[in-house]
Amino acid sequence: MSIGADAFGFVRDHVRAESAIVLETGKEYLVESRLLPLARQTGHDSVDTFVAELRRTRNPALMRQVVEALTTNETSFFRDSDPFVALRQDVLPTLAKERPGRSLRVWAAACSSGQEPYSIAMTTRDTPEVAGWKIDIVATDLSEEVLAKARKGEYSQLEVNRGLPVTTLVKHFQRSGINWRINPDLAAMVQFRQLNLMRPFGPVGRFDVVFLRNVLIYFDLATKRDILRRVRQVMAPDGYLFLGAAEMTMGVDDAWERVPAGRSSVYRIREDQRSCVR
Amino acid sequence: MRALIVDDSRAMRRIVGRILTERGFETAEAADGQEAIAVLESMDDLPAVACIDWNMPVMDGLELVTAIRARPEWRDITLMMVTTESEQDRIVRALAAGAHEYLIKPFTPDALVEKLDLLGLVPTPGGVA
Repeated sequence: MSIGADAFGFVRDHVRAESAIVLETGKEYLVESRLLPLARQTGHDSVDTFVAELRRTRNPALMRQVVEALTTNETSFFRDSDPFVALRQDVLPTLAKERPGRSLRVWAAACSSGQEPYSIAMTTRDTPEVAGWKIDIVATDLSEEVLAKARKGEYSQLEVNRGLPVTTLVKHFQRSGINWRINPDLAAMVQFRQLNLMRPFGPVGRFDVVFLRNVLIYFDLATKRDILRRVRQVMAPDGYLFLGAAEMTMGVDDAWERVPAGRSSVYRIREDQRSCVR
Repeated sequence: MRALIVDDSRAMRRIVGRILTERGFETAEAADGQEAIAVLESMDDLPAVACIDWNMPVMDGLELVTAIRARPEWRDITLMMVTTESEQDRIVRALAAGAHEYLIKPFTPDALVEKLDLLGLVPTPGGVA
C-alpha cells in the first residue's frame, strides 16, 4: 500500500498553495496515513482513488479537509500507550532510586496541543515510586497557536475519547461546558513555552526524561543529528530519551544506545559518551 | 473473538459492527437490554466485549450492565458503554455498576479501536482467540 506519484504530486501542490507547507518526496507515507481516514470516510478503499475523485470534483470542503489533515498536529492522550507504560514501569522507578532530592524534570519537546505533557503528568501521578515528588514538565512547541490551546488544558469530547481510559478521564478532568478541563493540580506541573528545535534551545536547564516523539521524521538527516546532539547537552547523563516508534538514533547520532523498557525501547547516552556531556 | 453490540439504533449497530468486523471481531447484535440478555443466554461462545448504549427502550444500558454483572458466568465479558450520555456523574455511575470503559458519541473509528486496544481486546488475525 503506497500512494502513487501523481496523487502525491497533486496533494503536495495543493497543500503548498494553501498552507505554504512543503511535503517533500519521501513524505508519501505521511500523506497516506493522514489521508486514509478521510478516504475511508468518503467511501474509498485507498488514498489513490480518493485523490482521483478529488482531482475530478475539486470539492472545496474536501480540499480544505485535506489541508487540515496534513497540517494539523496529530495527537492523542497516551499516544501509542507503550512509552507511558515504559515510563511508569521502568523509567520512573529506576530514576526514583537515583534522585535523592525527590525531584524530576521532564521535557516534552513537540507538545502540540498538550496531550503528551498532560499524559506524562498523569503517568507520574499514577506511579507510586514518585508519589509526592516535585515533577516539573517543560512542554514546548513551535506553534504559539497550539500552545495557547495546551495552556488552556481544555479538550473536546472527541479529543478525550482518544486514548484516554475513562477512569483516568473522570479522575484527572472536570466537565467544563461541553468540554473537559484538566485538573488544576496537573496543569500546575506543566510549563508551556515556544521553542524551535532547529535553533539553540537556550537556558532550558537539565532534564531527566525527554519526549521527542514523532518530530524528527520531519527533518533531514543533518538536522536530526544536530537536534539529537543538542538534546544530549541538556540531558542528565543517566537520563532517558523517548522517540516515536518509527524513529531511531542509529546511524543518526551514535552516542545513544537503545535499551528495552516495558514493551518498547528508550534511548540513553552511551556510558563512554556520558563524560562528554558535562 | 466475539463482540455483542447493544443499541436501539440500527444505524449505530451497523457503524459499530463495521468497525469491529474490520478489526477482526465476529459480531452479534441486540436492540435493547432484554434482547441482549436473551442473545447472551443463547450463546455457547460468549463475547469478549459488549458495546452498550445507555438509552434504550425496555431495558436500558445501565440496567443491562448491572444484570450482566449479577451473573457470575458472564464475569469475563468486558463491558463498554457507547453513548451520548457524557456527564461526569453518569460515567461514574456506569463504572460503579461494573462497566470497564466508556466511549462518548460521537466518536471516530480510531477512538473505538483505541479503547479496545486499551482493554487488551485484540483479535488474532484469522483465528479464534
